[in-house]
Amino acid sequence: MPTRNKSTPTAPSDTAERERRENVHPDGWRNPVPAARYSLVVIGAGTAGLVAAHAAAALGAKVALIERHLLGGDCLNVGCVPSKTIIRTSRLYAEMRHATQYGAQIPGDIRIDFSAVMQRMRGIRARISRVDSVRRLTEAGVDVFFGAARFTGTEALTVDGTTLRFKKALIATGARPDMPSIPGLDEAGYLTNENVFDLTELPRRLLVIGGGPLGCELAQAFCRFGAQTVIAQDWPLFLPREERDAAQILSDAFARDGIEVRLNTQAVKVRVEGGQKLVDLVSEDYQSTVAVDAIIAGTGRVPNVEDLGLEAAGVDYDNTDGIRVDDFLQTTNPRIYAAGDACLEHKFTHTADASARIVVRNALFLGRQRQSALTIPWCTYTDPEIAHVGLYVRQAREWDIPVKTFTIPMHDVDRAIADGEEAGFVKIHVKEGTDRILGATIVARHAGEIINEITLAMVARIGLRTLARVIHAYPTQSEAIKKAADAYNRTRLTPIIQSLSRRWLQW
Amino acid sequence: MTEQRLDQLQRAAFSYFLQAVNPANGLIADTSRDNSPASIGVVGFALSAYPVAVERGWMTRADAVERSLATLRFFRDSDQSGSPEATGHKGFYYHFLDMQTGVRMWRSELSMIDTAMLITGALTAASYFNAETNAEIELRKIVDALYRRIDWSWTLGGKTTIRLGWKPECGFLNYGWDGYNEAIVLYMLALGSPTHPIADDSFEAWTATYQWENLYGYDFLYAGPLFIHQFSHAWIDFRGIQDRFMREKRCDYFENSRRATEVQREYAMRNPHGFAGYDESCWGVTACDGPSHQEPELADEPRRLFGYAARGVPYGPDDGTLSGWAAVASLPFAPDIVLRTADVMLARYPENLSDLQYVSSFNPTLSRADRRAWVSAGLFGLDQGIVLLMIENHRTELIWRLMRNCRPIRTGLSRAGFRGGWLSRRASNTDHANAHAQ
Repeated sequence: MPTRNKSTPTAPSDTAERERRENVHPDGWRNPVPAARYSLVVIGAGTAGLVAAHAAAALGAKVALIERHLLGGDCLNVGCVPSKTIIRTSRLYAEMRHATQYGAQIPGDIRIDFSAVMQRMRGIRARISRVDSVRRLTEAGVDVFFGAARFTGTEALTVDGTTLRFKKALIATGARPDMPSIPGLDEAGYLTNENVFDLTELPRRLLVIGGGPLGCELAQAFCRFGAQTVIAQDWPLFLPREERDAAQILSDAFARDGIEVRLNTQAVKVRVEGGQKLVDLVSEDYQSTVAVDAIIAGTGRVPNVEDLGLEAAGVDYDNTDGIRVDDFLQTTNPRIYAAGDACLEHKFTHTADASARIVVRNALFLGRQRQSALTIPWCTYTDPEIAHVGLYVRQAREWDIPVKTFTIPMHDVDRAIADGEEAGFVKIHVKEGTDRILGATIVARHAGEIINEITLAMVARIGLRTLARVIHAYPTQSEAIKKAADAYNRTRLTPIIQSLSRRWLQW
Repeated sequence: MTEQRLDQLQRAAFSYFLQAVNPANGLIADTSRDNSPASIGVVGFALSAYPVAVERGWMTRADAVERSLATLRFFRDSDQSGSPEATGHKGFYYHFLDMQTGVRMWRSELSMIDTAMLITGALTAASYFNAETNAEIELRKIVDALYRRIDWSWTLGGKTTIRLGWKPECGFLNYGWDGYNEAIVLYMLALGSPTHPIADDSFEAWTATYQWENLYGYDFLYAGPLFIHQFSHAWIDFRGIQDRFMREKRCDYFENSRRATEVQREYAMRNPHGFAGYDESCWGVTACDGPSHQEPELADEPRRLFGYAARGVPYGPDDGTLSGWAAVASLPFAPDIVLRTADVMLARYPENLSDLQYVSSFNPTLSRADRRAWVSAGLFGLDQGIVLLMIENHRTELIWRLMRNCRPIRTGLSRAGFRGGWLSRRASNTDHANAHAQ
């Protein structure tokens, strides 16, 4: 774990926090006496570790689960759950401010109660923590150990001096914020996803360094809570992996929210003067300084691979890419597998989940499931959301796959118009001359919900011709997918078919 | 719109190059606003405009040659050291130059795309002024020298595609220009160079970022701002010639621009933001000037307004600002639609013209007390240039025919994989003779 810097806030110890603590790392916990040998030892109780432990135990395996900090990992404690919870509140504030666009009155006094926002978040986080609590794990037959795990050989490891032997092991140690090396940043203090949700007071002025998914989500949420927010991104666009148009729409949305957008900009130096943080920014030949009260940094992710004794276990790894695994998620030690952020390029909760299920089958039941066979969607939960699955056009073209995109702007979708949520599009990429879906990008208020239909179609190998036959409830925003499928069908109406049809009808 | 009206508009557009020129060095002001620097891209349009003026009897051949020579000699003799106060570097030029001294202005970037427009204009002049007189021989020699000294391979900066800007203070700029844009003519010149060409696969690497989309029922190579579908096309006749991408799509860049015109109309009919004026006969969302920073009384406007920006469809930015000239610049692609549109737009918004010259943009949503639309102040040289050239291509195809014989363009197109149409015929003097016969 990274060393917490001196600006680390502390969440209040309220009822919700006490409940979460009781669920994810109870005070006075005593590790059980280990079994002689475990079918599966899981290191790390984030999403991947919890899914694997529950699944393996349900199938009758003797399972040990080791966690050095909190059950639930980043997703529950410092990731998806708290961030999506505060994003919901931030959207509400944005809607209140723009109430007249919906024919409503702007409330007379829109007062931000940041502590109430965070209190709600803590309550929801505590509630969700019940699902993967220590109690439920032990009831499921999982031996839960709190402490630091370290391999001592190819078939054994220790947890705080206690040796655990295993037939198979799973490394699911996750990832942590990737800190940029900016002179003065450590001394000035900064926030990351690991402590930003412990804030109890809203910073008046905020700089977010990094325009990837995490940086974009937090910048927009905090801006909507009333923080004067600057976001500095060292690329010409936000979300550099995503489509240019998606990034363009996001830039426009940020500007509407009042975020000060600094693209092509690097933070090069930080200093503290008069209680405020002064950050020097450089954009090509233009230099400037912003004064803020808080900095959010470390929005990239690096895998946790240190201090695990991986050398003793014969497990190859890399500090940047993480644990080296093959397509079956097996490490260089055939007894040891890896899953989740510790080894995957796509560091998402749902990929951690999917990879853990593959490991259980492959490690315990001689399975041969491949991670490359996964169809992985993802979504950035800005407003509008940006979701993607499958190939991007540039990837298809690099691989010489002829690709055609069927685009439906959300302003052509009745429900989006009715909802006042027209910013965005559905773009479905197909192999030219066929209806086979290669991938899709969706920008919409609820893109994360809409993308699931495309993922289903891709996994089930359903093409656009079939999607055109699927009745979509009217009016819904996912009707955009039906419209794209209809557009595909219209392109099949070649002049010859049109002529034949005309003759038939005239006959 | 009548032929006579088109002629009036075209001649008025040309007059910009007479009004905004420094005769001593041939530089043309970027805009008609006070203290405007010269823009090298506008100079490229001016060099292409003089042959049109000669053909139409608006200018003597001798005058046109003299103006062209003054321009070309200035660039030949300019400071190419690449220092912050120079005029250029490695054969390229800074985007904005001092009208009098020709040195860099506004800390502007060494612009690859604007240099390409400048050089294409120079090559147009060299194609047209083909007489064996001392002046015209000198003109052609200077153009050849200017083209040959450009180090196109340097612009790759170690990558596979061209970097579009460079500054002495920080090196190559990171524009992140993926996808289809106005750079085809730049790639053709870079591929056609006999001295410092870029690699064959650079064009393919760029086109790998293209997106072929079905939008509003039209299959087309997507780009939002309308000017992208017009600027390279002002010089290159894309009818019937295809690169690998267009062969695969059974289309060409000319037909693609026609479809882009239809997409603009479809967007304007939908008018998702409910802006005033937009309909099937009132469109033109493109890179243009805009209302922000100019009208302090609009500060309470809830909608976000932009200054000079590359507006585009369907994802914006769009603040209700349209360009009449952008519709006219699509004239060769969709003449019936554009002629009707130009008539309607001018009838509804006569403020679109200032002394028969198109203003950069207008915004009917921001109508003033007299109910006239907000209009951009002054005139922009690029707008006048594209209107002039596209009307000419519509009327006589003069510029296209001149450039069909331009060796750098032909070589560039061939190296980029373009085949068919006029490219499959040998270059000859026929086109040039036809140009004079019109």
